[in-house]
Amino acid sequence: MTRSELIAALAARFSHLPRQDVDAAVRVLLRTMRDTLAQGGRIEIRGFGSFTLHRRPPRMGRNPKTGEVVAVPAKWAPHFKPGKTLRERVDAAKSGNN
Amino acid sequence: MAAELTKAEMTEALVEQVGIPRAEAKQLVECFFETITERLVAGETVKLSGFGVFEVRDKPQRPGRNPRTGEVVPIEPRRVVTFHASNKLKEAVAHHDLVERNPEREPAVV
Repeated sequence: MTRSELIAALAARFSHLPRQDVDAAVRVLLRTMRDTLAQGGRIEIRGFGSFTLHRRPPRMGRNPKTGEVVAVPAKWAPHFKPGKTLRERVDAAKSGNN
Repeated sequence: MAAELTKAEMTEALVEQVGIPRAEAKQLVECFFETITERLVAGETVKLSGFGVFEVRDKPQRPGRNPRTGEVVPIEPRRVVTFHASNKLKEAVAHHDLVERNPEREPAVV
């Protein structure tokens, strides 16, 4: 499923809302989520999961083309931890169980 | 902005920024996550451009250990959800701690 298919699925369920509102809603939700993480915050969606940032320590890297050693500074990376309900529902659907 | 984003704040964002009535905004936020969940349960990959990709992966059985007794017990095969952030999201968060924001809120240097 892509973002536009998600919008289409939501538009079908919320057929009384103008399509452009559903479109804008998905854009706003994803932007709000991204902005929260970009400000060092976390996202906590009960049952679905949480998004946090993990720190990647600085390291010495290599330019793969020249072989030259370069310092790669520390950085933060997004991390998603699935919630209990999501974990259980997805696992229950594994082959053999459905 | 709040350090923690929950469904309540997301609902509020839809009310304020899209003008959707609160009761429906709340349902829409629920449905947003429920739809993603349903697709993952169906074994589908969910790609949200500009944010990231959710995927399900089948993990084979592997040997594990009971940390208390040291006993070897098999970890059953399971299906898990993984998330890979898009480059846009990765770039947005990578050096967030170096970006100066709202300097007037910093404690004054005496």
